[in-house]
Amino acid sequence: MPHASKSPWIIHYDGSSCNGCDIEVLAALTPLYDAERFGVINTGNPKHADIFVVTGSVNDQNESVVRQIYDQMLEPKVVVACGACACGGGVYHTCYNVNGGIDTVIPVDVYVPGCAIRPEALIDGIVTAIGILDEKSKELNGISTKPRGYADAGEGVYAPQADVADKTEEPAEAKAAAQGGDGR
Amino acid sequence: MSLSFSGSFSLFALIGIVAFLIIAPILGCLLDGIDRKITAGMQGRVGPKLLQPYYDVRKLIQKENATVNGAQDLYVIVYFIFILLAGCAFFSGSNFLLCVFILTLGTLFLILAGYASRSPYAEIGAQREILQVMSYEPMVLLVAIGLYLACGTFEVSGIVTSDVPVIRSLPLIFIGFLYILTIKLRKSPFDISTSHHAHQEIVRGLTTEFSGRTLALVEISHWYENIMFLGWVAMFVLWSGTAWAILIAVVVVIVVYFLEILIDNNFARVKWQTMLKTSWMVALICGGLNIVYLVVF
Repeated sequence: MPHASKSPWIIHYDGSSCNGCDIEVLAALTPLYDAERFGVINTGNPKHADIFVVTGSVNDQNESVVRQIYDQMLEPKVVVACGACACGGGVYHTCYNVNGGIDTVIPVDVYVPGCAIRPEALIDGIVTAIGILDEKSKELNGISTKPRGYADAGEGVYAPQADVADKTEEPAEAKAAAQGGDGR
Repeated sequence: MSLSFSGSFSLFALIGIVAFLIIAPILGCLLDGIDRKITAGMQGRVGPKLLQPYYDVRKLIQKENATVNGAQDLYVIVYFIFILLAGCAFFSGSNFLLCVFILTLGTLFLILAGYASRSPYAEIGAQREILQVMSYEPMVLLVAIGLYLACGTFEVSGIVTSDVPVIRSLPLIFIGFLYILTIKLRKSPFDISTSHHAHQEIVRGLTTEFSGRTLALVEISHWYENIMFLGWVAMFVLWSGTAWAILIAVVVVIVVYFLEILIDNNFARVKWQTMLKTSWMVALICGGLNIVYLVVF
């Protein structure tokens, strides 16, 4: 039985956000909305967190920070990209310093749209994330033993499952092509 | 006076040990849940479910295992074992001084676990834990001395079966003990080493590098510890008056814990200097005066 869904602990990181989404995220964590009702705790420590809430886009300065926080979190973990910037760069996507959304660095599980995000969208995103957290917990605790994309992607490469499959096939094809070339 | 379990190892002692080992974590978990509920109430919130501490620990046990330094897990396990031993020493009616010493040794292993990771945050937490030990230890020793002067024994079984509750000769020491109990229960004004209720302050103090099962074990040790400290409170008011004594002790324990929650919610965290100064002052004034009174009269 997965038990992660009853105590999802959150870590919140502000990328190069304009602070609109940050204020929405923090407002949702205030005593007024009492997220602790659902066991949510806002930790500042990636080693204790289950859900990684990121706002803002990725640039050369914060890429390593996002990656490090993600690496320090223990499985099962879920990444929620909050707001248009975190999903794909938003209004800043053409800026010279913006590399794109969070998914250019780490695998993202839930995309929450909006500029800034509406509280309802944020809650919906977190609830979806909790569902995914349970799925991942099931997988981790031996219910299914198929390898995770992150583990297979190799050092420094963060790719979802499908991409990994593509990459492992590529060399095989290249080899076949090379052999074909030799035969000719 | 004997410093070990030697002597007549009665049936009551065995019942005490088994009851502590089995009931203390359940009670401790519920106590933590009630604590969080009441705290939420005081802040005008609904608060988590009563069993939330249990859900948290259950989740932590299922998390992936990752440790920076393997020694850290060993230290935490030893800390847990020493907390169990200290509780067994107390609830079997054995020596109070032995219980205090085992507990201190256990805390030392928790501090070592904090240092083991070499993380700056965990190291600051460990240093702060040392300051906490320095703050409360004089008062705890004065409690032991006061108990011996009042009852002529360190044996808990002797203290709780005396003719009058020991608080009648140790009122000031009891007040001093309540002061340092706030440090021991990791409550707000003195919650400087683990950030137990604030969740993030110098990241997470001593527990920064603990994760998954190790963190779960620290939580479970905390449940055991809390029940033991409430046992210490009960020791002050118990006497050989059987049913009434137990009823009064339960009421006093509940009132004391409620007071701790109230203090937790109404005081901002202090600097370590203030904690050290005030707790030594309280130990000297309350403990010292009470002991002078016991020795002179």
